[in-house]
Amino acid sequence: MERKFGEVILDLQNISLRFGGVKALTDISFNVREHEIRAIIGPNGAGKSSMLNVINGVYHPQEGQILFRGQQRQKMEPHMAATQGIARTFQNIALFKGMSVLDNIMTGRNLMMNSNILQMALYWGAAQREEIAHREKVEEIIDFLEIQSVRKTPVGQLPYGLQKRVELGRALAAEPTMLLLDEPMAGMNVEEKQDMCRFILDVNDQFGTTIVLIEHDMGVVMDISDRVVVLDYGKKIGDGVPEEVRNNEDVISAYLGTSH
Amino acid sequence: MLYRENGQFKTSYAADQQIFPILQDRWAIALLLVVAFVVMPMVGSEYFFRAILIPFLILSLAALGLNILVGYCGQISLGTGAFMAVGAYAAYNFMVRIDGMPLIAAMLLGGLCATIIGVLFGIPSLRIKGLYLAVATLAAQFFTDWAFLRINWFTNYSTSGSVSVGNLSVFGIPIDSPVSKYLFCLVVVCVFALLAKNLVRSAIGRQWMAIRDMDVAAAVIGIRPVYAKLTAFAVSSFIVGVAGVLWAFVYLGAWEPAAFSIDRSFQLLFMVIIGGLGSISGAFLGAAFMVLLPIVLDQLPHWLGIPMSTATIAHLVHIIFGALIVFFLIVEPHGLAKLWSVGKQKLRLWPFPH
Amino acid sequence: MGFFLETLFGGLMAGMLYSLIALGFVLIYKASGVFNFAQGAMVLFAALAMARFAEWFPKWFGFESLLLANLLAFIAAMAMMVVLAWAIERFCLSKLVNQEGITLLMATLGIAYFLDGFGQTLFGSDIYSINVGMPKDPAFIMESVFEGGVMVSKEDLVAAVVAALLVIVLALFFQKTKTGRALRAVADDHQAAQSIGIPLNKIWVIVWSVAGFAALIAGIIWGSKLGVQFTLSLVALKALPVVILGGLTSVPGAIIGGLIIGVGEKLSEIYIGPYFGGGIEIWFAYVLALGFLLVRPQGLFGEKIIDRV
Repeated sequence: MERKFGEVILDLQNISLRFGGVKALTDISFNVREHEIRAIIGPNGAGKSSMLNVINGVYHPQEGQILFRGQQRQKMEPHMAATQGIARTFQNIALFKGMSVLDNIMTGRNLMMNSNILQMALYWGAAQREEIAHREKVEEIIDFLEIQSVRKTPVGQLPYGLQKRVELGRALAAEPTMLLLDEPMAGMNVEEKQDMCRFILDVNDQFGTTIVLIEHDMGVVMDISDRVVVLDYGKKIGDGVPEEVRNNEDVISAYLGTSH
Repeated sequence: MLYRENGQFKTSYAADQQIFPILQDRWAIALLLVVAFVVMPMVGSEYFFRAILIPFLILSLAALGLNILVGYCGQISLGTGAFMAVGAYAAYNFMVRIDGMPLIAAMLLGGLCATIIGVLFGIPSLRIKGLYLAVATLAAQFFTDWAFLRINWFTNYSTSGSVSVGNLSVFGIPIDSPVSKYLFCLVVVCVFALLAKNLVRSAIGRQWMAIRDMDVAAAVIGIRPVYAKLTAFAVSSFIVGVAGVLWAFVYLGAWEPAAFSIDRSFQLLFMVIIGGLGSISGAFLGAAFMVLLPIVLDQLPHWLGIPMSTATIAHLVHIIFGALIVFFLIVEPHGLAKLWSVGKQKLRLWPFPH
Repeated sequence: MGFFLETLFGGLMAGMLYSLIALGFVLIYKASGVFNFAQGAMVLFAALAMARFAEWFPKWFGFESLLLANLLAFIAAMAMMVVLAWAIERFCLSKLVNQEGITLLMATLGIAYFLDGFGQTLFGSDIYSINVGMPKDPAFIMESVFEGGVMVSKEDLVAAVVAALLVIVLALFFQKTKTGRALRAVADDHQAAQSIGIPLNKIWVIVWSVAGFAALIAGIIWGSKLGVQFTLSLVALKALPVVILGGLTSVPGAIIGGLIIGVGEKLSEIYIGPYFGGGIEIWFAYVLALGFLLVRPQGLFGEKIIDRV
């Protein structure tokens, strides 16, 4: 399949992150191009999740620069990353447990809802129209992810695989330009993984969403990603298209060595 | 067999997003309102209004306000009494200092003052969480206790902070008889319950719940924690403040700061826990429970013919409340409201369980 | 200057007692993650038991000795606190394992209510006295430095020394003994501790018993000073700012926080209070602690919390 990539949308330069004396990330640079599926791999504790947390502003690196769409950004809070169009899912599902599937995904659209608190209190006019308009969008996502039957179920009661799907739905609801996925297929069986792969590829294809993905399943990574970054102990040890990475000596000794 | 949603198809999202999507529920609530507005005023005795219905309504309102903060936004507050006090004393000052101030306006202004104080004491919630915040809200409680006792301007220079209001009227209708007081409270409570329900099912309500359930994830999808938390504090303390005005003006008539002590704060928190965290109907159930239980316990020895001193009964009430709180937290953390909805779920399927 | 020192000493001594109660909070929080709102109710309950048993035992068993009465009452009261600790673990905590901190906090509010009612049903609700022979007359120190010296209440002094000793003993117990190590392990991670064979339930009973012991000592000291009555359970509310100032997880924090609050309260009442119309010690500690929290949310010595996602 011929794939078209755009400009560099996210550029990370010399990122270092420390917690007290512990170095989580050391001098990491890589970039992500528009419409790309970019995988981050590495053994446990390599700093992959920290990397995503840096990208969407949960952690603030002590050194280095981040350019998003050519603009350098300073210290930013997570909600600002969201307003710039960066959405994300979490390694240990971070859904709002007390809320239904529908409400969870609706929450993903909060940035697009503009009625004020008084209108909402009256639930009249603009507020109601807005609520219904967004409900229609959310129903599209629910259809897309094939979770119609559970839309009113509290997410806490859903099985793990479905929860992962709902979380993806919540991220998609924001109509992001960039989607960060932290181990979207962890703990899934083969069928569930296949479904998830299909959703990711469809999102990338249909909406043109750029995807940054952490995954342990090498088969999946090599299959669906365009370029791969390899981290080990907070350092970058490899970067390139899947074949390149697969043949990189450092990567093999650090990580892939056991499986090939 | 009667309580079914079979055959009630929704053809629009608006229909699906109603407060009571099931037909039978709409009938039930309509019936309840008819009883409350029409039947009760005809049959209720004076004691019934004064000792049960009026306090029940006002405490429901306060619990409703608190539930928005604790149940929906997950920010625990042990200073509810303080915000009630601010509402009550602020409204009192508006009444005393401005001639011809209408009751409704004073009530809303009182609520507004409570909002300001509530937001002020809510600011620490941006930096501190959970247990630390609980203690921080106690600061509000102790500070207002002291302020209304010591700063005489607030109480119009009356001794020991005790003040009173009289001759209440709304749109020229005097609010003096138990029935008129009851109806006034009922209207206010219904209006606020509806507004609150609307808020919690809109975007802002989802933001509160998101912050409650997982604040980091909420921030990541673009919710500003500052805005969500402070609006919860604002809305909550507004409602609590209005409840404070009602409690002082309508129920007590004459009061002193002790009416809004830390015991009141705890009592309201218990109502919310027993009734159900994060549920509008829970506030009503909890308030009903907390109002009725002491009365029942008070009467029970009479009925059974066991002589008991009032002090013993008061202690027994403490014991039973304490045990019930623990019981509810262990068995059903979502309170009476959850039991109620579980019952309804069962009823939907009854008599065929699958 | 002499007056200032008097106030300062008074504050330090009051602060020592706050530390004692705060220590009860910290111990329980460290070991079971419970913010124990019932600590005040435990103080009241223990003091009531002590006062009433000391009154009842001589009558029941027909002896006169005050010392014996106090001794037996102390043992009986302590036994009650242990039973209480067991009951709390058995009927409440063990069923709430892995619940959120807020739920546990509310559960302890329930326990507090229960204890207030139960204690007063059992022991009565009048004002009782505890007489353990605390000296009531004041002493004067540093007479060579200041004219007239500095007046110190001997009762406060004894209380402060006892409290300080207890604080040291508890701190040592926590740091040096095998049980203490187990306690700390449980505090760090319930499941990990359990998996290496530390009996969780037993640890909790021990911790709550130790907190009960601290409550008993605090109850005796405050009770002999102010009389045993319902307001005693409110003393714990005064210790709350101490805990958040010092940090929920820190034993030294409880001690130093207690001293800061004790001194701050007394000094502010005398030097700032008049401008506000007096009585500010009710809220001063809270506002002090609150202001501090805004700068350092984890308290003086608390551990910094890093959100992991």
